[in-house]
Amino acid sequence: MTLHPGRGFAAINYPIGMNLGGDPSQALVHSNPDGKFTVALSSIDLGQGMKSVTRQIAAETLGVPVEDVYVDTADSDTGPHCMGSFASRGTHRVGNAVIQAAKEARAVMMEAAAEELEVNPDDLVTDGKGNIHVKGAPSRSIGTGTACAAAQFKQGKTVSGRGIFLVPLSPVDPETGEMTPVTCFAHAAMVVDIEVDDETGEVSVTQMNSAYELGRALNPKLVEQQLVGGAWMGMSHALWETTEPYYPDRSHGPIDFNDYLMPGPGDIAPHHISILERPAPDGPFGGKGPGEMCANPVLPAVANAVFNAVGVRITDLPITPEKVLRGIRANGGAKPQRRW
Amino acid sequence: MARTPIEFRHNGRDQAIFVEEGSNLLDVLRRGVGDFAPKYGCGQGTCGCCTVLVDGEPHLSCLTLAETVAGRSIETTSGLGKGVELHPLQQAFMDNFAAQCGYCTPGMLMAAKSLLDHNPSPSRQEVVEAIAGNICRCTGYEPIIAAVLDASSRMSGRRSA
Repeated sequence: MTLHPGRGFAAINYPIGMNLGGDPSQALVHSNPDGKFTVALSSIDLGQGMKSVTRQIAAETLGVPVEDVYVDTADSDTGPHCMGSFASRGTHRVGNAVIQAAKEARAVMMEAAAEELEVNPDDLVTDGKGNIHVKGAPSRSIGTGTACAAAQFKQGKTVSGRGIFLVPLSPVDPETGEMTPVTCFAHAAMVVDIEVDDETGEVSVTQMNSAYELGRALNPKLVEQQLVGGAWMGMSHALWETTEPYYPDRSHGPIDFNDYLMPGPGDIAPHHISILERPAPDGPFGGKGPGEMCANPVLPAVANAVFNAVGVRITDLPITPEKVLRGIRANGGAKPQRRW
Repeated sequence: MARTPIEFRHNGRDQAIFVEEGSNLLDVLRRGVGDFAPKYGCGQGTCGCCTVLVDGEPHLSCLTLAETVAGRSIETTSGLGKGVELHPLQQAFMDNFAAQCGYCTPGMLMAAKSLLDHNPSPSRQEVVEAIAGNICRCTGYEPIIAAVLDASSRMSGRRSA
């Protein structure tokens, strides 16, 4: 038995969102009776950080502390419409909708503050710490909460805003089929190091090194955790997840956590990530978003690494020990391609 | 169905409850006691979401007959913190971003607590083995391993202080 080292590379371009029917998402922002803000969305947070990132975007746009913003994604029946959390679209699409809604609400808050301070709203700025003051005269100030309360209980204004992001529909050229399906792309490159056991056909990942360009990383820790977790899913797609093999028929195939294998904590490998920030012109504060692309480069990089290690080109996933062994046998033995 | 009265310790408090014959500990904790920290995942003992400690040892509560814990001590994540003060493991999980959706977290925390109770300074490999029965589908495990090692060093700092 020999363990053959292999190294594989892959680079990807990943479209953010899609343009089937305009890919719309909406946001509603309003001030609560206590002068803090609620952002209502139907966009789902299933752990990827939708609530955190939209909260940051709303607070930044409104000019209030992030503690003063609550994001409610509770109910897609009663909330504003959202296409959904898929296609890596959340930060970009929903973030843009939140900015539009927060700008409208901010304008009302500033008008209310101007009325209380008896100044022109154009002369007012927010300090991001919960105060609105006259430009160049910080002593003439009012709390954002006080301004919102004055609007609601004295001046008779709702401090609220509506936002939507809708991609202009790209017409399809009838001759060539050419269209512009997306508004921006994210990019990634990855090098995966593996070892292939030529007796068992097992492939183990020993190291991953990647670089991701995904606009501005609005919350760098959330970006990193998504990339680390997503790369694990990529490993899983590349090497583990399948309802096969089943002998002699489907009823003997994997049906639960015992047999439908995914990598466990002992199967993971160190992953070094570089985040490159190239803000997207149409992204919220330049953000595109990691999303699905976290997993994507792992699959081709692992397949290339297997070829590099033993000379077996596998074209259907996952790369199971059985396929590797059959490939090695068909080639008359392992044929390392190592050139690194 | 017959209902049996049993008593056990639940996070340091005495608990007396009637349980249906054949019911599992997870059901009794969630529906009977009202402790929703342990989660129902697979119901067949392969995901580890429902892990609780029985007399300090990790058990899959979905496979544990409720009647077998009579007179024993059950710990769940509800009992980890003291009031608003989080357990070092909970704090380390937060600081290391060891959760995304969070569904596996209660089971991970109990598996990790059992490890650190028995072995306060585990190696990385020992952490990996301790959480090998708990499935996580978001984090890729690395942040969880880092969190447990982080908690271990925080707790040893506390002991030597």
